[in-house]
Amino acid sequence: MAKKTLNIVESAYRAVMEEQDDTILWLLAAMQGAGAEHTVVLRGNAVNYAVAGQGVEGLTVGEWRQTQAPKMDRDVLDLIEKRMIPVYVIAEDLADRGIELGELVPGVELLSRKDLPELFADHALVSHW
Amino acid sequence: MSETTLTFALMDPPYESENLTTAFRILDVAARRGYDINVFAYEGASGLAFVRQAAHPNPVHGKTLAEENHPTTKDQVAALLAEAEKNGGKVDWVNCGMCVDERGVNEHVPGTRRGSPADFHAFVEASDNVLVIPTK
Repeated sequence: MAKKTLNIVESAYRAVMEEQDDTILWLLAAMQGAGAEHTVVLRGNAVNYAVAGQGVEGLTVGEWRQTQAPKMDRDVLDLIEKRMIPVYVIAEDLADRGIELGELVPGVELLSRKDLPELFADHALVSHW
Repeated sequence: MSETTLTFALMDPPYESENLTTAFRILDVAARRGYDINVFAYEGASGLAFVRQAAHPNPVHGKTLAEENHPTTKDQVAALLAEAEKNGGKVDWVNCGMCVDERGVNEHVPGTRRGSPADFHAFVEASDNVLVIPTK
């Protein structure tokens, strides 16, 4: 049985345009496909990943055009619905940024900072990205 | 001949930062305006123009090579050079020689060249303005 791993994702929007996704969410999805068992907590600026309807047009340089710009809300939904990975967001970090619960993609779970230690205890490993 | 010359110093490697997206957005506008552009690609940025970069499919996205259409910075560099030329400007893109040697990325997009900090100094002296986008 795989070691249950809690992944706290804090670094946000780093290289997402060039990679067309978040490298950590991508890694976790790929590992899940290989049999890993992951849980994700979005904290800090990464809570914005769960906001529905986000995204920008692709980069353009002269005649070159990016056609598959990243959609972070799509990737969060993919973790929840396709990979069956629980995704939590830190409630206080949402509030700090003025993000309402109704703005989030369906399926994300709210978690208070004070309840984070209980989640630690429920996992064999904790990775802070 | 352009009346405006801008110099950019870039430091971030490909695929690790949003800084380069910002840089390419600015460079694109400068090229569309026909400015003369100097780029000193230092440290990790010396890999931006490495010609052996290859796009890949994305199994997590469920997309083939063609569907994913993964960006490569070498293509962005080549597009920048072409856009500048089309609008009457030029790009002098210098890849730091010691940086490319360290990284084994010394095969460049045609139209870029190998150089040294002395080139950056010359760029600064000859430019109307200089923008350094450092790594963090």
